[in-house]
Amino acid sequence: MFDFASFIPRAVMQGIPLLYGSTGEILTEKSGNLNLGIPGVMYVGGICGVIGAFFYEQSVPAAEMSALAAIGIPMLCSLAGSLLMGLIYCLLTVTLRANQNVTGLALTTFGVGVGNFFGGSLIKLSGSEVPSIALSATSAYFSKSLPIAETTGWFGQVFLSYGFLAYLAIVIALLASYFLKHTRTGLHLRAVGESAATADAAGINVTKYKYLATCIGSMIAGLGGLYYVMDYACGVWSNNAFGDRGWLAIALVIFTIWRPNVSVLASILFGGCYILYIFIPTGTNLAIKELYKMLPYVVTLVVLIIVSLRKKREDQPPQSLGLAYFREER
Amino acid sequence: MENITKRFGKVTANNAVNLELHEGEILSLLGENGSGKTTLMNMLSGIYFPDEGQIYIHGQPVTIGSPKDAFAHGIGMIHQHFKLVDVFTATENIILGLEEKGRMNIPEATRKVKEICDKYGFDIDPNQKIYDMSVSQKQTVEIVKVLYRGADILILDEPTAVLTPQETDKLFQIMRNMKADGKSLIIITHKLHEVLDVSDRVAVLRKGEYIGDVLTKDADQQSLTDMMVGHAVALNIDRPEPVNVQKRLEITGLTAYDELGVKRLDDVSFTINAGEVLGIAGIAGSGQRELLESIAGLYPVAEGSVRYYAPDGSAPKELVGLDPMDIRKNGIAMSFVPEDRLGMGLVGSMGMTGNMMLRSWRKGASIFLNRKDPEALANRIWNELGVVTPSTNFPVRRMSGGNVQKVLVGREIAQSPAVLMTAYAVRGLDINTSYTIYNLLTEQKMKGVAVVYVGEDLDVLLELCDRIVVLCGGQVSGVVDARTTDKRQIGSLMTLVRGGKVDA
Amino acid sequence: MHKQSLFHISKRDALPWYQAVLIRGGAIVLALIVCALVTMLLTGENPISIYGTIFYGAFGTARKSWVTFQNLAVLLGISLAVTPAFKMRFWNIGAEGQVLIGCLATAACMIVLGDKLPNGVLIPVMLVAAIAAGALWGFLPSFFKAKWNTNETLFTLMMNYIATQLAAFFIIVWEVPKGAGKIGIINQNSEAGWLPVIGGKQYLLTILVVVVMTILMYIYLNYSKHGYEIAVVGESRRTASYAGIKVDRVIIRTMVLSGAVCGLMGLLLTAGTDHTLTTTIVGGRGFTAVMVSWLAKFNPIVMVFTSLLLVVLSRGASEISSVFSLNQSFADILTGIILFFIIGSEFFLTYKVSLRKSRKEA
Repeated sequence: MFDFASFIPRAVMQGIPLLYGSTGEILTEKSGNLNLGIPGVMYVGGICGVIGAFFYEQSVPAAEMSALAAIGIPMLCSLAGSLLMGLIYCLLTVTLRANQNVTGLALTTFGVGVGNFFGGSLIKLSGSEVPSIALSATSAYFSKSLPIAETTGWFGQVFLSYGFLAYLAIVIALLASYFLKHTRTGLHLRAVGESAATADAAGINVTKYKYLATCIGSMIAGLGGLYYVMDYACGVWSNNAFGDRGWLAIALVIFTIWRPNVSVLASILFGGCYILYIFIPTGTNLAIKELYKMLPYVVTLVVLIIVSLRKKREDQPPQSLGLAYFREER
Repeated sequence: MENITKRFGKVTANNAVNLELHEGEILSLLGENGSGKTTLMNMLSGIYFPDEGQIYIHGQPVTIGSPKDAFAHGIGMIHQHFKLVDVFTATENIILGLEEKGRMNIPEATRKVKEICDKYGFDIDPNQKIYDMSVSQKQTVEIVKVLYRGADILILDEPTAVLTPQETDKLFQIMRNMKADGKSLIIITHKLHEVLDVSDRVAVLRKGEYIGDVLTKDADQQSLTDMMVGHAVALNIDRPEPVNVQKRLEITGLTAYDELGVKRLDDVSFTINAGEVLGIAGIAGSGQRELLESIAGLYPVAEGSVRYYAPDGSAPKELVGLDPMDIRKNGIAMSFVPEDRLGMGLVGSMGMTGNMMLRSWRKGASIFLNRKDPEALANRIWNELGVVTPSTNFPVRRMSGGNVQKVLVGREIAQSPAVLMTAYAVRGLDINTSYTIYNLLTEQKMKGVAVVYVGEDLDVLLELCDRIVVLCGGQVSGVVDARTTDKRQIGSLMTLVRGGKVDA
Repeated sequence: MHKQSLFHISKRDALPWYQAVLIRGGAIVLALIVCALVTMLLTGENPISIYGTIFYGAFGTARKSWVTFQNLAVLLGISLAVTPAFKMRFWNIGAEGQVLIGCLATAACMIVLGDKLPNGVLIPVMLVAAIAAGALWGFLPSFFKAKWNTNETLFTLMMNYIATQLAAFFIIVWEVPKGAGKIGIINQNSEAGWLPVIGGKQYLLTILVVVVMTILMYIYLNYSKHGYEIAVVGESRRTASYAGIKVDRVIIRTMVLSGAVCGLMGLLLTAGTDHTLTTTIVGGRGFTAVMVSWLAKFNPIVMVFTSLLLVVLSRGASEISSVFSLNQSFADILTGIILFFIIGSEFFLTYKVSLRKSRKEA
């Protein structure tokens, strides 16, 4: 019998970073910006949180820590870092109208570099005496789940066993979904991504919307990195451990056809695919597990093809995705 | 509007125009293409800002600096090109950009939209997506959008250009409803019968100048045509008598639809003769572009045939179903100067040489390009036509309009064509370059080439061409002899709807 | 009243070449200054010795120089591969996967056929397999793009990870020793399928192949009919149809070529220098290649310099990292900074920015 009670929590924990990433990228893409820098942004979001937590742990003994500061400092650092990444992207693509693909890839190179560099050099740079970065004290605050999770059996295990960032991810995704569908600003944002010229003619400030959506999107994506390192990885940063989750988040955007609420379940599905190999019956060829890991990408590809075949207009990428907007001087 | 002047660079689009609009009336703004109607209205709706002059509303001087200002003064314009988001519903498009207080309430907005629709007799579903809508429904959404913002003055820029006669009738009925409601409307058009049909008063523009206005009840087709086209201007284009005229292309029953399924060409038949300049006249968007592209193998033809009669008298060849390469492979030398020079006829980022290769790149069995011949051709055109460019590798995109056209026409003529089709060959060019082009075309005619000239200036058509085909709504409304006809007759044919009569 | 922004931005008509060089050069100099500042902050070293270290890292010893040139050759080769597609405005960011699948095909031949065929037969078989695999990876997205206009950026991105997982699968299938989870050096004893070493220099073959490729690609893009078709399709599909170019066919053909060259680079990597297969053998160079090609405005000769800049910087940054016992990823940070500046400078090449004269509107 397949052990769902232990499979689902693992799938969820794998899915949460993806959910943050995809929600952020959906907001960004809805403004017409295809930010391929999201993997880099997530690395930066993670490492900035680590840096914040590291210095907090260095300066405050574990006994005197307060939950607010232990959570607040890394989180603010993470948000600030990913905001900066979003700003770089906007400055280049919106203000300077640079090519989005090239800018995004450069941002990823930069972001992954920043993550790995500081992850690997933080101790040396700060001249501290610790052997490796293991932020167990702050991390404990992040991964703290409700006490009743342990007493409620499988129910608690499946639904209540996560740190607060996991629930926040779902809340943000649902809020983003509501925002896009039911608010005036959301409507305007979608108009910007579909047809910037139309939005401009309707008096919407295209530049402002692009900046805001991309920066907020980056900050949300950055939280994915923060969750990964502070909760999932228990405060231990290891280089490249975050892997290609950023790209998987972009795949998830296509898979959910630009719907953050669908992403809540889809990210868990992707997360499940990611760790399914752990659950394949013992004795199966280990190589097969690598094929399982291919699933999310194949499925995404199939979705991409079907979407382009069906030509259903609602399911298409935002129409002006990837294009810079330049109002001809009147 | 008083003494409104707008210049674009050296071109004066509107020169000291005065215009008055009364409450509760429908005013027609009549004029040929390029007479400055749209520019004038764009200043009223805040898209352009006048260089000189003043706008008054209810006697108060106002400044309109943006479309938002215009709305604040109750002015709304429905443009020819719709500004709608395809994946949004009608309602969503209508409320787009509005900064109303409180949270967005789609049901409430939908109710208000329905109210407006009922009031004036619009027939749209507020919850329908734009991409599901017909052109006329999209236009309706644009009109409702303007009304929703509380506009009292509505400007419609050639609203009927995209509509069927039935839809046009419906639109006019709605316009009358709005008038009855106290709204003022301006309709930009160059279709005389529509002017007579719907408006109370007509104001006429010609070449940027305000000619005058008349009450519609005092006007008829003839007096309006006279006002619109003015008196014939002698251009003194050299037009030798055609010699050795023979049938080159025979077009029969050509019918074509665009991607949206709108009929663009409707049973078009005529012949193109070698040794003649055949003019094609018609108001903008009457099917000229589609016609030439169909012949050139660039537009999908639904029905009909285009038969080519070679100069050597061999059996005629069918061109429908062939693409440009097939046509070439069949040994048919067809040259085409398209309307969109940099978007279709030339590669903007390449120099003259690179653009010469657009016609010759495939020649020869080698996998490499032959650069020598195009280079030589580029140099020849550079010298013979006096193209102003620093070198034959200077990107044509950066050349002036006249030079771009010289490169394009020069290349097409250099193919020693049997058929030479040109679309708006002198649009945007100065007088001297225009005459260079006219002379080149006439030269080709005397060489026995079948020349097609799609033009918008009737004076030029009358003096350059031998015969003129007039298109109207995708149909041929007449074929006339350019030497015996006059502007009035062509003007009437241009605005003729099938079933109407030519009063000439 | 609507607000007027402070700056007036308009398209430039023409830019004299020296001004273009000045803007690009200025951006690079600025970027290098920023890089030096960042390095200074992190290491406390003065900028001159930083650049001394960078130069030493890239060319300090013969061995270092060879590695630099080998890295240059690989990056340049992949950049050349992606260029035809980009010139056609086909956003192929799948070079990573196309190279990797070439590596995989090469490794498969080496492992499966290594003891069955002599090198004289085996190497041609590997060549065909690697090129065919790369070409297939290029064909798929272009086919869907041409037929149904499927978004090629996202398609090629996904193809990268499918290639990665396929490689991961086969790495486990062929792992040596069992349970190691990696392949190690393939045919270490027999050296079956190893590309010949020229003049005793292991990297020379790769470098020579890429030199030839650069010249060929330059000729292909600028002097062949195919190159001309690519340029016209990239500029305007309407113009291409007008000139009788079969657009769909050109798209597919060009992407197959791109993929094939990537496959060839995979062969050079696996059989020429690394003699192994890992999922990270391409090391992100498929993505960097996109930027190299774009920064060089798709000109193969200029690409030699853009890739040289990035490779030298990255080798130098590694040197700095080891000297100051910092993390190797320092190179990525510097690369990122340089890229940001060059990307940003493009704007000033196409647009003119002037302070807006205050205009009275009354």
